Amino acid sequence: MSRQASGLRAWALQRISAAYLGLYLIYMLGHLSFNAPESFEAWRTYVADPGVSIGMLLFVVALLIHAWVGIRDVLIDYVHPIMARVTLLSLFAIGFVGCGLWFAKAIFLASVAA
Amino acid sequence: MTTKNRPVYLDLKQFRFPIAAIMSVGHRASGVLMILAIPFLAYILDLSLAGPDGFAAVKTILDSLFIKLVLFVVLWAMLHHLLAGIRFLLIDFHMGVEKEIATKSAQAVMVAAPVLAVLIGLIL
Repeated sequence: MSRQASGLRAWALQRISAAYLGLYLIYMLGHLSFNAPESFEAWRTYVADPGVSIGMLLFVVALLIHAWVGIRDVLIDYVHPIMARVTLLSLFAIGFVGCGLWFAKAIFLASVAA
Repeated sequence: MTTKNRPVYLDLKQFRFPIAAIMSVGHRASGVLMILAIPFLAYILDLSLAGPDGFAAVKTILDSLFIKLVLFVVLWAMLHHLLAGIRFLLIDFHMGVEKEIATKSAQAVMVAAPVLAVLIGLIL
């Protein structure tokens, strides 16, 4: 991932993911402000809608790509001892993959149960 | 390596930090803060979809004053990151590169982010 997420590719990935994240966040803030789910059933039905599920999964992918490129830049700038840098990068990478699976599990189960 | 013997002068108190630099540091700091919030978001989404009990538990968690304060800071970070990001994107496309405009837009980001955070926080 590190080699794929460097240079021009990382620069482009960061901006493309940023555009999706920004648009989705504005939509989500609007949705939660004016259309907040009142009950569990309403919330689950909303998330189970294929358009919403896929939009959420795309958000998670974009979020984790964006977070990875960002934290990688920060760690390369400020953490110079190579072992500390590699350890921290690994911890974040594992954490991101773990969180991604956690999000995916929650979104998939909502679709299956509904 | 002779380069290792070069004198380094990095006394942060001696540097001048223009508003654009402070705003830019805020962009990084807010990004790192939001990364730390990712596991919490995964936890809340999973719990809210686990069943009626989980959904009720999430409502209780989100109603606590401490969590509300933390979420307000995260909301502020998010809006700062979003607005500063839009500004950086425009500068990528050669819009607002001039020093005067860049200073003005940096000031606008610094002010608009907390103001919007309060407004949205009141609605939510």
